[in-house]
Amino acid sequence: MDLTFNASELAFRDEFRAWIDANHPGDAPDGEDEAYGFRRDWQRKLYEGGWAAVHWPKEYGGRDATLVEAAIFNEELARARAPFPANVLGLLLAGPTLMTWGTDEQKDRYLSPIMSGEEIWCQGFSEPEAGSDLASLKTKAVKDGDEWVVTGQKVWTSGAQYSKWCMLVARTDFDQPKHKGLTYFILDMEQEAVQVRPLVQITGEAEFNELFIEEARIPDANVVGGVGNGWKVALTTLMNERAGLAFGLQVGLKVKLDQLTETAAARGLLEDPVVADRLGDLHLRCEILRLTAYRGLTATMKYGQPGPEGSLTKWMWSDTNQQLMQYAADLLGPEALLTDSPWSYELLRSRGNTIEGGTTEILKNIVAERVLGLPRR
Amino acid sequence: MNFDFTDDQHEIKRTARDLLGRRSTFERVRAAAESATYDEALWQELRDLGWTGIAISEEHGGAGLGQVELVILMEELGYAVAGSPFLSNALGGLLIDHAGSDEQRARWLPGIASGEATATVGTIGSDGAELVPDAATAALIVLVEDGGATVVERSAADVTAIETIDPTRRFGRVAATSGEALSGDVAGALERCEVALAAELVGVAQRAMEMSVAYAKDRKQFDTPIGAYQAVSHRCAQMLLETEGARSATYFGAWAADADPAQLTLGAAMAKAAAAEAARNVTASAIQVHGGIGFTWEADVHWLYKRAQVDAALLTGARASRARVARAAAATLVKG
Repeated sequence: MDLTFNASELAFRDEFRAWIDANHPGDAPDGEDEAYGFRRDWQRKLYEGGWAAVHWPKEYGGRDATLVEAAIFNEELARARAPFPANVLGLLLAGPTLMTWGTDEQKDRYLSPIMSGEEIWCQGFSEPEAGSDLASLKTKAVKDGDEWVVTGQKVWTSGAQYSKWCMLVARTDFDQPKHKGLTYFILDMEQEAVQVRPLVQITGEAEFNELFIEEARIPDANVVGGVGNGWKVALTTLMNERAGLAFGLQVGLKVKLDQLTETAAARGLLEDPVVADRLGDLHLRCEILRLTAYRGLTATMKYGQPGPEGSLTKWMWSDTNQQLMQYAADLLGPEALLTDSPWSYELLRSRGNTIEGGTTEILKNIVAERVLGLPRR
Repeated sequence: MNFDFTDDQHEIKRTARDLLGRRSTFERVRAAAESATYDEALWQELRDLGWTGIAISEEHGGAGLGQVELVILMEELGYAVAGSPFLSNALGGLLIDHAGSDEQRARWLPGIASGEATATVGTIGSDGAELVPDAATAALIVLVEDGGATVVERSAADVTAIETIDPTRRFGRVAATSGEALSGDVAGALERCEVALAAELVGVAQRAMEMSVAYAKDRKQFDTPIGAYQAVSHRCAQMLLETEGARSATYFGAWAADADPAQLTLGAAMAKAAAAEAARNVTASAIQVHGGIGFTWEADVHWLYKRAQVDAALLTGARASRARVARAAAATLVKG
């Protein structure tokens, strides 16, 4: 057991830390489009510095970073309060999915612009009637010569308004049981048949969109992993989704908890045993999340897959983040509820945490069935 | 970064699980608890295997291994709810080893390592040391008060047997007027004790979770295994979450004790707070999952619940541990 970084991990961290220090873009501008453009510029800078996709293999322009180094990368970004790159779905989901399932032509065509941020990707999985039960999705794709004609509706599509490509899962065979009969496509967003409508969240901003697809065209060459194999390909994407962001989110949580603790200390509130108990509990949860995430990484590096702890970190993070924001509202009082307070935004945004990327209820089902081996109903 | 045991450590864990699975069955635990005794044959075997001295240096008759190895054994002993003076002796040993002088170590550690002359620990409150495990049988009693510690021989102490809700372990109340001070780092030694105790709690939680999952697969109502109902299966998932979280904190504390003492204060407070919370929640949940049978003396879940409750109260309570986590976190903010 060695819970310190080894020499090469430290060297990686120090190199990236120095690079961020020299290249930090400062605070994001106001306005959603402005903020997105800012993150896009930031990704370009990361790309030029060779830092855009550290976890990608060298042959695709990455650094072949180990899982620990990739974790360090996200920890350092969050610690420096630097933004995540704009094309986060391309880097974390589309890229690795194409590396696993894509043809050589697809890898040549798509991977490099993902890394540079030149082409943004979004994820067209969920539908109004297919959320947690993803495999019941209804968007259909019908073969027409060497093209597919796609009609349907997608929802919760982050960044669709900025995207060139969409990872789209559609039903290509209605006679097969629901998990079969699905196909994974690369959909060109720049066509009239695809309409993007922003979905305003409880925070008032619109990170997500609805996609209305009316006879959009996809060439045969844009099928990923073969016709009828879409469920398997989608699982690759989903596994990357749950694993990839954990470390950045964990540090993001820590940064906010430290801010709250500093404020409490400055106001002399740590002397209050009730406050100390509550903050202690949050720090405890936060540290346990980090340690458990590292246990999962070690298991993945040593045995090829995480142990039982691997399925717990997203659940731990979302619960703790919600508790932190709720407690910040208690501790800071009315000022935390004013719209110009960053805490009021965080309070509202945190409600999404236990829904996005797999609801807590679904995560509990996964733990119960796949880790504990309990029967399905 | 490598958050996993070495091959040797995995081997210790397997050996302990295997041996205790055979030697500390619930039948034996029950027999010992109901007769208010320990399983002497088991204790002798633990001594013969050298487990009693696992974290004590070879110079003093131990195996010369570290806190991580001790934690592995403690977790398995908790999993088996084994009735023996192992925990009290290990805690006494940690205090003398890490807060005693060279001379005190040389004098007392060999008896602790062999199990010949065992030690125990008590925390002095307003009415003396209230909850001292194995006070009536230990040769030495380490009494901790206000950050200091003194060692008294049992023959010189006033020991009254008490009964706690945990019948798998013997306790006493201790009053003593004189003793020999331990002059070293008592706080640091106590932190090691907390980590060892946390490991026992993790083992208790793990066992309670496994029993609940097995029961939920087996027990049918409405022609369906109850574990297929989300009200039950989600409760089991929560048990896993808490157990694994407490395990992460406890292993971190053990690693810090061996490799990075600067983080031990935080690690020990985290381990004790998380494990006390997890073991009490998980064992309580286990009674619920077992339904009516879980509330009976006949079922074995209650041994775990009772062990968790009393362990949680030993050394530092969970609330005090959480406050220490907050202080340790605030201190790092100020420093850095």
